[in-house]
Amino acid sequence: MITLQHMLTISSILFALSVAGIFLNRKNVILLLMCIELMLLAVNFSFISFSRFLGDLDGQVFVFFVLTVAAAESAIGLAILVVLFRERRSINVEDLDTMKG
Amino acid sequence: MTQTLTLASIMPALPEIYLTSAICLVLLVDVFAGSAGRRITPTLTLLVIAVCAALTLRYARVQGAIVIFSGMYLADPIATVLKLFTMLFVAVALLYSRHYLDTRGILKGEYYVLALTAMLGIFVIISAGSLLTLYIGIELLALSLYALVAFDRDSGIAAESAMKYFVLGAIASGCLLYGMSLIYGMSGTLLLNELAVALQGKPSLGLTMGVIFVVVGVAFKFGAAPFHMWVPDVYHGAPTSVTLFIATAPKTASFALAFRLLSGALGNIADTWIQMLIIIALLSAVFGNVVAIAQTNFKRMLAYSAIGNVGFILFGFVAGAEQGYEAAFYYTIAYVLTTLGAFGVMLLASQKGFEADELDHYKGLYARDPLLAFVMMILMFSLAGIPMTVGFLAKLQIFQALWDADQLVLVIAAALVSVIGLFYYLRVVKILYFDEPGDLPIPESRAGERVALGLNAAAVVLLGVAPQSLIELCSQVVR
Repeated sequence: MITLQHMLTISSILFALSVAGIFLNRKNVILLLMCIELMLLAVNFSFISFSRFLGDLDGQVFVFFVLTVAAAESAIGLAILVVLFRERRSINVEDLDTMKG
Repeated sequence: MTQTLTLASIMPALPEIYLTSAICLVLLVDVFAGSAGRRITPTLTLLVIAVCAALTLRYARVQGAIVIFSGMYLADPIATVLKLFTMLFVAVALLYSRHYLDTRGILKGEYYVLALTAMLGIFVIISAGSLLTLYIGIELLALSLYALVAFDRDSGIAAESAMKYFVLGAIASGCLLYGMSLIYGMSGTLLLNELAVALQGKPSLGLTMGVIFVVVGVAFKFGAAPFHMWVPDVYHGAPTSVTLFIATAPKTASFALAFRLLSGALGNIADTWIQMLIIIALLSAVFGNVVAIAQTNFKRMLAYSAIGNVGFILFGFVAGAEQGYEAAFYYTIAYVLTTLGAFGVMLLASQKGFEADELDHYKGLYARDPLLAFVMMILMFSLAGIPMTVGFLAKLQIFQALWDADQLVLVIAAALVSVIGLFYYLRVVKILYFDEPGDLPIPESRAGERVALGLNAAAVVLLGVAPQSLIELCSQVVR
């Protein structure tokens, strides 16, 4: 029997993985975008499980909005990435350090 | 709870509905006007904002709180006032930016459309009645701002700061959203007013976790320490006109976010977040003001000053009760008004190929342009909290609220960091008045912007000398 606890554990593991991915990855900006996407999916998972176990549809409606926003967010993230690559010829996270202070 | 949806009942939401259609209109006009759009779009945008203000005054001015769209949308006096202030700030920011954009070759219609969508996002946050609308508003605002920061496509540091802003902003949204999902799971509702009723007594572990994530997300959006990493880089890297925009109007959104979420929905379980908020506010106030001393770039200095000032706004929320929220509201308006002017001076002092963003660029501004130096001096006095300016009263109200809430340690800490702040604000005045100008360029005389800046500085002084009307307004709407 799968209970709410199982679902929430998976959701929190996914969330933790995505946060760890963002902070450990020093190589590639595209990986950051993937981690952000994973983060939102972890949240979606949590919303859906709550919605299922509460018997309340609001959580699932929320997920649709999150998915839409996530799509818009990746579009803008990739657009910024293109601009960045045009200027720097690199998408290495460690190269993003020209401003100090 | 089923309501029949009639046209009359959704009238309070008319400003947002109108703004959404107007944004499409501006976009279309800009496309079809071609090269003439560069003259038409800025004026049209200001016109759109003016009509929106009129609609807000006519239809959104309500007595008490009105809930429409099944609780998703909330119309109350504080929302109306915050929206009116936001429109004022956006309009002034766009007015200041026009010439800067023109000389940099980035005076494009999209800039104005993005500014309007950001404003729409702020409106949605201000009037949010549920976690869903709150989230949509936050994202609408944030996505517009990411695009604005990267607007100058030929600037390497703008792209870099946009990327940093985007990644950190997305993490913040993720945290906020995760917190929201936990709060939803523990309470079974998304509506803010139902949450306030459902969440009482001793919170469960899941709820506490949810609240922690939400507070982290809010602190990120505010740019409060220790979640401030994006603030200095974004202020520094973005084109100055965008920095002006980010530093001003979204602050009202941050205030609304904290007001609706922390004091509204989570108000009855304040014990779970008040300790965290005290630490965040204290860290921001201390860190912002201390690190600002070491800056040589004026935009960076103002960024750290923003972090410090956010600490003060959060002090108001820590103090809690009507008096605290009132003080936070007043502080937000006072701070934004002053920052608007400071960046306005920066934009006016800049020229093609001369950004005027280093402190050294202001050496002897008094000798080159006495009026501009005088305006900057008033604004620095206000930021430092010197009497006879609006900044002084704002700080005083925060102190008063903290004192009445028996937060003696915080009062002392706030007073100490104010003194530290005094040092670097007054250093700017010293640079303006007593340093040798050398061969720095003389700012152009752009009459329209000068009049606006003069009015801005006059407002800062007037509200400092005769503050009664604004204070009364704040206390009326918070109640």
